[in-house]
Amino acid sequence: MKLFHFASPQTFYPLAGRLAPVFAVLAAVLCIAGLYIGFLLAPTDAQQGEVYRIIFIHVPAAWMSMFIYLVMAFWSIVGLSLGTRLSFYMCRALAPTGAIFCFIALWTGALWGRPTWGAYWVWDARLTSQLLLQFLYFGYIALTQAIEDPRRADRAGAIIALVGAVNVPVIYFSVQWWNTLHQGASVSLTKAPSMASIMLSGMLVMAIAAWCYTLAVTLKRVRSIILERERHTDWAAAEIAGAQR
Amino acid sequence: MMWQSVSEFLSMGGRGFYVWGSYGVTFLLIALELWLLARRRRSSLTRLRQLQQLDRS
Repeated sequence: MKLFHFASPQTFYPLAGRLAPVFAVLAAVLCIAGLYIGFLLAPTDAQQGEVYRIIFIHVPAAWMSMFIYLVMAFWSIVGLSLGTRLSFYMCRALAPTGAIFCFIALWTGALWGRPTWGAYWVWDARLTSQLLLQFLYFGYIALTQAIEDPRRADRAGAIIALVGAVNVPVIYFSVQWWNTLHQGASVSLTKAPSMASIMLSGMLVMAIAAWCYTLAVTLKRVRSIILERERHTDWAAAEIAGAQR
Repeated sequence: MMWQSVSEFLSMGGRGFYVWGSYGVTFLLIALELWLLARRRRSSLTRLRQLQQLDRS
């Protein structure tokens, strides 16, 4: 079936090699466009002045940190149920990028919170569950590194990805379910956005840039993982011997 | 162009520390990720080639 053609590491490896640079260029172009909108087109905010411009990193990073963990959970389900090695490789490839975006969300949030709320940190539901997400990422990475047998490590990591995925809707709905200092959703699928459209545009462009960046980096990383894990196969051995860089 | 001067842009209404502290650290982390990724690729290939040499001998 054509659908599973690229489920083989051997066929996916060259595809990833061709796609990664495309997404890298897209990410760079969109990032420049997003920053242009964010710093040169979007006006001063009536309430927050200029410091709101942190939003153009904070929200895309937070969205990506949540989305990446859900994608890891998805690949974990696929890997555990179908036994496809490449699913686990993708899961492993996504984790570092997700962890970095999670940290960026926490860091930029703290720097935004200090001037606007008066505090770098509060233990409200959103911030606390986002911090938990950071520990889940670190836990996934640490566990998969710590277990010697790679196949067992894959499966153990998959459990963390699946169990931890429950935290993502908690983060998302935290501002509705609990009384939080973190503001509620300005952007939703069902209501009109409650922010100026030029600011929303900048945020969305940066979000797509972050997504393209994630794809580029993940595809590159999974190529290394594929070679490491498939090194005993003929095709990978040839690739290792012949690869320039 | 809404910024009257470079210093006004850098000041960000007095909140430059928070804005540039955010963008600066983000830029550094992205650069770090890219550097670590390149380094992983290089060291991985080196190690895999060494293993190939050992397998042959």
